[in-house]
Amino acid sequence: MVCACRRRSPWLFHMNAGSCNGCDIELVACLTPRYDVEQLGILVQGSPRHADILCISGPVTHNTTKAIQTVYGQVCHPKAVVAIGSCPASTNAFIGSPVVEGPLDRHIPVDVFVPGCPPRPDAIIEGIAKAAQILADRNGELATPPEKRVAQEQPQ
Amino acid sequence: MNLNTALLRLLVFPGLLFAVPAAWLFLWMERKAVALMQQRMGPPFLQPCFDFTKLMGKSAPARQGINGAFMRAWPILSVAASVGALGLLPVFLRSSGFPGDLILLIALLELPSFFIIAAGYTSRSLYGEIGSAREAVLSISYNVVFVTAILAIALSQHSFRLQDLAQNPASPLRLLGVLAIVVCIPAKLHINPFSLPNAEQEIYSGPMTEYAGPELALWEISHGLEWVAMTGLVASLVLPRTGLWWADTLLFIVISTGIVLLLSALAAATARLTIDSSVRFYWRCGLAVAVLAGLSALYLRMRL
Repeated sequence: MVCACRRRSPWLFHMNAGSCNGCDIELVACLTPRYDVEQLGILVQGSPRHADILCISGPVTHNTTKAIQTVYGQVCHPKAVVAIGSCPASTNAFIGSPVVEGPLDRHIPVDVFVPGCPPRPDAIIEGIAKAAQILADRNGELATPPEKRVAQEQPQ
Repeated sequence: MNLNTALLRLLVFPGLLFAVPAAWLFLWMERKAVALMQQRMGPPFLQPCFDFTKLMGKSAPARQGINGAFMRAWPILSVAASVGALGLLPVFLRSSGFPGDLILLIALLELPSFFIIAAGYTSRSLYGEIGSAREAVLSISYNVVFVTAILAIALSQHSFRLQDLAQNPASPLRLLGVLAIVVCIPAKLHINPFSLPNAEQEIYSGPMTEYAGPELALWEISHGLEWVAMTGLVASLVLPRTGLWWADTLLFIVISTGIVLLLSALAAATARLTIDSSVRFYWRCGLAVAVLAGLSALYLRMRL
């Protein structure tokens, strides 16, 4: 029953890791009457302690790496991470920049990537719904680091 | 009130067994009403129940020492105080109350807000401390109005017994006092326009910032129980007495629900006020109504 409730009540904490604000605006658009994520039980919380899903946008600049790890540590188990936009997935247009230390999964385990520059609100909602399902399915353990995931997927 | 009826009222009606589902219903109604007023669909009916169960299943950060013990104790004490206040509400007239229970009710209704202040300071989070300071300032202002209004009502019936207040039909004078109480409810429940203490997006979550998992779930349920207790207090003061227990219960629930809808509409229609505007509102407008009720009660008593 707790697992079903986890899927029905994902609370988000949004964090900007050097984003250009494009993805942040799209995430805020999800809360508006047009997309209304509250009908899925999704709430944006003010404190990472209250959250289940950490939404991170931006290419992870040098200044934000420590903050990301701190905030990730503050979210209580079970937790999931959604990377919003192309920046946290690949550092996008900022690739090769000396101040960018992305992609995001070098620093914390990521569960769902929502690509796009910026992604549409529909895509963000789908990503969050997937993360909520992941929360319900697994009990406590973290996302598999990317290298292992590739190794697991190859035999299939 | 003997031990059996006391336990029955504390644990069944209007206590825990009735109040927890009612708290979830009221929390849902508040969110749904706000959503409908913003032309959204809003959360599903069982959403507060989902939130509570999910939070109970989450891990909480390890807390050490005396500070940690206090952090864990505040939400439990807050829930206990709210349930105690609910148990005192005079829904049924027979076998209810003892002399002076009105004073105990005021104290129990005040305790959750005291625990919230204590929780914010104990957490030693900057945002928690700001939230607690705001809650403290706000609670001083609205409590002057709240206590004056209750005193006016008690004065008009010449009794500190809830049963006597509930037994007599609601006079126009009492409605003035009830109006002053209703004005205090938004600040007591931290809803707009007096949502300063837990101002989201502004000071994170105020005193709750450091709370997580089961502790946060207890705070949520305590908040819901406060909703039930405050609306229940107003409902039991204006309740027309039919003499039938089922009609009384039904009317009690209907009036409470009406007040919840009214307050939700107010919350959706207003924005958050700054601390000085909120305090000014209570000291000027709220207090005027309460003092008026008090003075007219005093005047009536001297004439009689």
